[in-house]
Amino acid sequence: MVIKFQNNDKPVIITGAKDMPPMAAALGSMLQNKTGSWRNVRPIIDYDKCIKCFICWKVCPEPAIKIVDELPVIDYDYCKGCLMCAEECPKDAIDFEKEGK
Amino acid sequence: MKKTMMGNYAASWGAQLARVQVIAAYPITPQTLIVEKLSDIVADGELDAKFIKVESEHSAMAACIGASATGARAYTATSAQGLALMHEMLHWAGLARLPIVMTNVNRAMAPGWSIWADQNDSLSQRDTGWMQIYASSAQEILDSTLIGYKVSEKVLLPTLISFDAFFLSHTMEVVDMPEIELIDKYLPPYKPDYKMDVNDPRSFGALTDEQYYYEFRYKMQKAMDEAVDIIKEAGKEYEKITGRAYGLVHPYRCEDADMILVTSGTIADTTNVAVDELRAEGKKVGNLRIRVIRPYPKKEILEVVKGVKKLAVIDRNISPGYSGIFSQELKSALYNEVDIPVRSYIAGLGGRDVKIEDIKDMANDALKNDAPNDLIWKGVKI
Amino acid sequence: MIEIRMHGRGGQGAVKASFVLAEAAFQGGKYVQAFPRFGVERRGAPVEAFTRIDDKPVQIRSQIYYPDGVIVLDPSLTEVVDVTKGLKKGGWILVNSDKEPDFFDFGDDYKVYTVDATEIAVQNKLGSRTAPIVNTAIVGAFAKLTGIVTIDAVFKGIDSSIPRFQEENKRAAKQAYDEIESG
Ligand code: SF4
Ligand code: SF4
Repeated sequence: MVIKFQNNDKPVIITGAKDMPPMAAALGSMLQNKTGSWRNVRPIIDYDKCIKCFICWKVCPEPAIKIVDELPVIDYDYCKGCLMCAEECPKDAIDFEKEGK
Repeated sequence: MKKTMMGNYAASWGAQLARVQVIAAYPITPQTLIVEKLSDIVADGELDAKFIKVESEHSAMAACIGASATGARAYTATSAQGLALMHEMLHWAGLARLPIVMTNVNRAMAPGWSIWADQNDSLSQRDTGWMQIYASSAQEILDSTLIGYKVSEKVLLPTLISFDAFFLSHTMEVVDMPEIELIDKYLPPYKPDYKMDVNDPRSFGALTDEQYYYEFRYKMQKAMDEAVDIIKEAGKEYEKITGRAYGLVHPYRCEDADMILVTSGTIADTTNVAVDELRAEGKKVGNLRIRVIRPYPKKEILEVVKGVKKLAVIDRNISPGYSGIFSQELKSALYNEVDIPVRSYIAGLGGRDVKIEDIKDMANDALKNDAPNDLIWKGVKI
Repeated sequence: MIEIRMHGRGGQGAVKASFVLAEAAFQGGKYVQAFPRFGVERRGAPVEAFTRIDDKPVQIRSQIYYPDGVIVLDPSLTEVVDVTKGLKKGGWILVNSDKEPDFFDFGDDYKVYTVDATEIAVQNKLGSRTAPIVNTAIVGAFAKLTGIVTIDAVFKGIDSSIPRFQEENKRAAKQAYDEIESG
């Protein structure tokens, strides 16, 4: 399976009306909201178990799972610790630990 | 008795004090707390009312229409997309001359998805035959609900009470709850001359050809005209029992003002503070809060503004393709009557905060510039 | 008028805390306003809530940008948000923490106070150690350090705004009041 990504890491910087599309689309507001600060558990992927199905990537509600060298990689700036990825992983490849202060 | 409560709860307690008999509502942020609280009040036996859960706002208004047509005092609350979904039924309630009172939490229309304050939702319903009140405090939300029924049941037109999302809906402040005994005297049970009654069947909303429809519209306009004085009387009577006065317009430091800011909703209260600061700087500025926009208080506005050198309107709404709606209405009221330049500002759409500094900026801009202007978008990021 | 900003995490009761604080001031004869940062509250996300206290009705209805004081319900927040943002010079910061005030470095412009509201809440069986209900302890500490409200007004505020465990909440408020030194 080949999944193509556009501008996966390109920061979206909007200074005003001139940078914005005519409608509320592609504002990149998900990227601006660093939801990593919400996390109190940290998901960790066990790549020995991972079969690269990318279900975790699909279900993650934040821009927190990226595909790097054909592997799912968690970006902890955005991961809010909801554990949807761990819940849905068909191979139980995602475990989690509590975040320390 | 004085209590603290959020603006939303002031709406719920207003409905409870009015002894509404039928509540039909559908939840929507930021209105949800109003109906949640009312369902508690009904469940706890603090209000003898039928609470009807419906599947949409359209149905909520339909249920209120049915209830009101049978002579019940009916209430609902909504916001933004919910109010828009009611649109057809709003005309119906107006033309059926049903004294329903509804609370609308002013919220910006989507998309982009927003839950924040903006008056476009209710102003889009301006021509449906509802009287429209814009409240600026939690106290006024409660009081307006009671005054609303009083006026509605007299002139047989529904009342829409709107207030800003979050700035009032979720803000806790001090509210004086009037004694129910006083309110019972102020607002006796609703006894309509025409109502749906199985023992006395009549037709309602039947086919009305051009022989009659035109006259119904005429009568609706007459009722709106009369409502101006009736709102004043109802406000005065309310003042007698509570000490709190309400009119159609609320001028603040306008008597000797060179320039008057024209505002509504929560921006109006913050503007009072800005006016005090401007006065302290030696600038003779006043604030005219428009509390009721339908019926339009043309005479009352002219009385306040005549003699003033300049007017500046701040609108938290926009009629795309023209300008702010309060501004348009003000200009049309002045035309042929007095020649005062009006400067028009848009501010705070989608809940953007309008701070004291912003209001002072707009006032100073208006003081400096003499020409009537094109629309100014305060703080827009270009 | 004094303006206070409260920092907490979604689900921790920061909004409730701002309301309890306002209620206490109201019971002490003041006019008040309290509101959350307008938005969608999400569990765990940093949230803010605000209280205004004045001797006359509060007319200003915009949000608070330059608070006189800041209350931090969760010390871990000091690492992710700038709790001093806009805080007036000479303003105070009250942190729920088991550390001494000088543990926190907010610069020289502010007075820092700490109270272990979590421990006080746990001792009074208000919530659990992982989810303690620290509102009332914090408000007790606030009363002492600012003198804006009396502890009696705090008790009255608890009676009128907290439906359950009123005695426990009052004890927590009193304990915090006694533990913290006045400002
Ligand atoms: S869901 Fe599990 S197996 Fe699938 S890509 Fe993600 S970690 Fe790997
Ligand atoms: S826990 Fe998993 S699904 Fe949730 S935000 Fe983090 S990476 Fe995404």
